[in-house]
Amino acid sequence: MLDFKNVWKSYKNGVMAVNGIDLHINKGEFVYIVGPSGAGKSTFIKLMYREIVPTKGEILIDGVNLAKIKQRQVPKLRRKIGVVFQDYKLLPKLTVYENVAFALEVIEEHPKVIKKRVMEVLDLVKLKHKARSLPTELSGGEQQRVSIARSICNNPSVVIADEPTGNLDPDSAWSIMEIFDRINDNGTTVVMATHNRDIVNNMKRRVIAIEGGMIVRDEQRGDYGYEA
Amino acid sequence: MFVMSREVITDMKLRTLGRHARESLKNLGRNGWMTFASISAVAVALVLVGLFLSVMMNLNKIAGEIESNVEVRVYIDRTATQAQQDQLKQSLKSIGHVQSIAYQSREKGLKNLINSLGEGNDQSAFSSVKNENPLPDAFILKTEKPEQTITVANQVKTLPYVYKVNYGKGTVEKLFKTVRISRNVGIVLIIGLLFTSIFLIANTIKLTIVARRREIEIMKLVGATNAFVRWPYFLEGLLIGVIGSIIPIILVNVGYKAVYEKFSDAGTYSTFFIKLIPYPTMALYLSLLLVVIGAGIGVWGSVTSIRKFLRV
Repeated sequence: MLDFKNVWKSYKNGVMAVNGIDLHINKGEFVYIVGPSGAGKSTFIKLMYREIVPTKGEILIDGVNLAKIKQRQVPKLRRKIGVVFQDYKLLPKLTVYENVAFALEVIEEHPKVIKKRVMEVLDLVKLKHKARSLPTELSGGEQQRVSIARSICNNPSVVIADEPTGNLDPDSAWSIMEIFDRINDNGTTVVMATHNRDIVNNMKRRVIAIEGGMIVRDEQRGDYGYEA
Repeated sequence: MFVMSREVITDMKLRTLGRHARESLKNLGRNGWMTFASISAVAVALVLVGLFLSVMMNLNKIAGEIESNVEVRVYIDRTATQAQQDQLKQSLKSIGHVQSIAYQSREKGLKNLINSLGEGNDQSAFSSVKNENPLPDAFILKTEKPEQTITVANQVKTLPYVYKVNYGKGTVEKLFKTVRISRNVGIVLIIGLLFTSIFLIANTIKLTIVARRREIEIMKLVGATNAFVRWPYFLEGLLIGVIGSIIPIILVNVGYKAVYEKFSDAGTYSTFFIKLIPYPTMALYLSLLLVVIGAGIGVWGSVTSIRKFLRV
């Protein structure tokens, strides 16, 4: 469902962030992207949700070439992709419920659908009881769970996460991983860039290592690989 | 499964419009002082636009009326005999661009003059003039076009038996000059003020956009259309412009009504012969114009700031 075909990306300042990546990810897969800082992981992630456009090559999601689509087609694409960030990106003045509902309101979903769906995803991330709380009243792990709930409320076919456990203590990180696992069990593809060795080594999923903008390792049921 | 349709982009539901309206009102409230400043700027600019328009439109109307009434008065030498007068009439007829020639005897001329100056039946002040009529007989010429009066008058001057030629030279020229100058000054002033308003509106909207950067980021991330992101800011500008036009509309309407009633109040000013554009017509024109201009600068202001600060 997700294909990179000889993808290159260089920035205006001359930095070559991605240098010829070829990759195929199947529907329903769980993939870790690992690698040292500055290896090109973030660029790789940004290419997937078309925050940036490749300099060369093709990126296909469900057969749609991200390098070719027009600006006005991007919204439609984004509705098929859930994105989770290290810093949660929640709206501080909105409650947990409103934060999740916001994502559905702005794509003009019907109010009845919104109500039902928000409660469903809050149940999935085990935060139904905090629906009326503000983000500031939650722990980091809980905030990240809200952000995950928001990313999946539109039933995306793939969830992309950029260091989702980067700011979290080990326990919270594990509860986040459980949620991603459950999302993946429901058939959603998950692609996650991470620095968390424990998680990668324990989950035994596909691991893609990126260094210098290139794939240096791609293993099914792989390890984190780098020394501490 | 991944069909890119345009429906998402163009289809705007009523519910969505309501949301955008709420959002833009919220934005206006959030930056209360900037909103107030922008609305005031629009109001000041539009009051001046209204004032300017009502003065200009009336000046134009009056100028037009005077223009169409311009005539060349040819006073005939008192010593001229009837035959000589007829000869003069023939010569006048042969001048190009003369549309009509009317004869006015000195008695008739005096009567007209007294009527135009005096009021009612109280004409005793003129009794001495009646006995000693100072006016000569005259021909009154009308030219085909108002601007031909000067050339025709100059030609007439050279003819024999002509005592004096009068064509209201000063008045018309002065009036046109005044109209031209006041129009130019007004236009410069108004353009300056309109641009100030546009700048202030753009700044107000920029503030909301900056304050809501994260919201916009998330909206784009979850697949809100660009139009959806833009609409509240667009409405914000429109509202500032339209709200800003309300006070000017009221002021200009009330003000014009007062002035119009004063001028049309027979007796006090009737000697001025000034007929202003009727109040109802003017009120409608001015109100419509002010709303449209207000909305226009509001939209302009919002569009410039959206383009600059909201690369969606």
